[in-house]
Amino acid sequence: MNSDLRDLYQDVILDHGKRPRNARVIEGASVVQPAYNPLCGDKGTLYLALEPNGGAITDASYVGQGCSISTASASLMTEFLRGQSREEALHTFDLFHDMITAPPDEASHRAVPELGKLSVFSGVAEFPARVKCATLAWHALKAALTEAGATPAPVSTE
Amino acid sequence: MSAVSEVTNAVASRSLEVNRVRADFPILTAQVHGKPLVYLDSAASAQKPQLVIDAERRVYEEMYANVHRGVHDLSMRASDAYEAVRGKIARFIGAGSPKEIVFLRGTTEAINLVAQTWGRANVTAGDEILITGLEHHANIVPWQMLCSEKKSALRVAPIDDRGVVDLDAFAGLLGERTKIVAFAHVSNALGTVNDVARMAALVRERAPQAVILVDGAQGVPHMKVDVKALGCDFYCFSAHKMYGPSGMGALWGRKALLDAMPPWQGGGDMILSVTFEKTVYNETPFKFEAGTPDIAGTIAFGAAIDYLTALGLDNIAAAEHELLAYGTAQLSAIPGLRLIGTAPDKTSVLSFVLEGIHPHDAGSILDYEGVAVRTGHHCAQPVMDRFGLPATIRASLGVYSTREDIDALVRGIHKVREMFA
Repeated sequence: MNSDLRDLYQDVILDHGKRPRNARVIEGASVVQPAYNPLCGDKGTLYLALEPNGGAITDASYVGQGCSISTASASLMTEFLRGQSREEALHTFDLFHDMITAPPDEASHRAVPELGKLSVFSGVAEFPARVKCATLAWHALKAALTEAGATPAPVSTE
Repeated sequence: MSAVSEVTNAVASRSLEVNRVRADFPILTAQVHGKPLVYLDSAASAQKPQLVIDAERRVYEEMYANVHRGVHDLSMRASDAYEAVRGKIARFIGAGSPKEIVFLRGTTEAINLVAQTWGRANVTAGDEILITGLEHHANIVPWQMLCSEKKSALRVAPIDDRGVVDLDAFAGLLGERTKIVAFAHVSNALGTVNDVARMAALVRERAPQAVILVDGAQGVPHMKVDVKALGCDFYCFSAHKMYGPSGMGALWGRKALLDAMPPWQGGGDMILSVTFEKTVYNETPFKFEAGTPDIAGTIAFGAAIDYLTALGLDNIAAAEHELLAYGTAQLSAIPGLRLIGTAPDKTSVLSFVLEGIHPHDAGSILDYEGVAVRTGHHCAQPVMDRFGLPATIRASLGVYSTREDIDALVRGIHKVREMFA
């Protein structure tokens, strides 16, 4: 198997792609945010439970259909977010987004210690066609945290 | 023209010699990710033979000037070469006259033109436009826009589990309010060949006031088309799926209909005379062709038609049919693979899904094997919805496709299955 392709499909991604964690509805969620990628038809819904008064994320889940990259990305994201404040979560979004949209030849894009397990997605930077797969749930997160409270329209990766 | 006669000589009278054909396409020697290119995406766009590339280049090198405008020699030569393509297209599809051929940017623009001219002039509130469940977005959205403007209704004839239009339902949806019936000759997503002549006969019988538009984008590259035998009123197609340049295409319409239609865009070339008080429009087809066209692209389109004619549409159809049967058998043998679109009359498209594997994951791995296929909804979301799928993997064939291409696809699919096992 080609090494770039192995970087894209690391075992953690294959595992979470096949058996996504937190793929459940959170009853009484603080935010319910639909997501849609018109390019491939993938869609899903992000659920967030927040502490009152804009506090930390106590629970996160994502239910949807998609490729292994988008499914694994949503799964690992929901695991990572738990306990983060709104600001921390938005900062994580920025770090993640920067990591996978870094120019493919930039060696530094591989090491983002703050992202921990999410660093398995650094290989996506070599596959520009798959960036939208990896960011679908993340765009839902950003929309959920910046427009929380309003009736959300589906967020799109376009 | 020498290249065409070489091609003619190269083609045995009874079959397509695919290795000779492949030598006509320079891109087929390209490497992708260090692997030889296996191009199975001709339904999205076909590759170009050297003589089409040369034809376009030669226009700029030897005869380029604006058309229909100058008395100088270059303009006359460019105009003659440009207008000659109308005749080639007319002969290619059995049209009555070159004047029935309108040059446009492609199938999408042709459908929009008919919607915005014939449609706006003839469709009124309460009227109906009938399409089928096989259509791609280009044959849905222009009609939705017209319906929304005219308060008319879009009706859709359903397809069955094989991807075949339900002709009883189609007939049942025709009536005195039906003004336009529009459907594909061949489905881009599934490969279904519609029985156009039968459908046209049903329209004439049950809705004689309606006009029939056939989207031929996936038809003309794969089979001999005779618009008179098909019995439609408009037939449209794109050069880029016929081994010609992108951004170029044509609309055929019955002369009387085109003559009665209002012009579309205004500008130069579509007029006979202009004063600030009054403009007299040019005749058919020029009244639909405002502005300076893609001159070199049109002339190269003519070269693509010469190429297809030299290969012979019957030879192409026979070779592609044989290869489709081979591909169908090879793919069907793969565990967990389900073909989507199993119409008895099918051409050049193998659309499928792999159990438990998303098409985009498969597409990335196939790409690394050098195999170019399309993954996604193929600009035909309602077709995907009909089968309850977000997307499929689509391998599509062209004149240069071989059994080796299919074998490479099958090997690639096995790699996909290994990875996601």
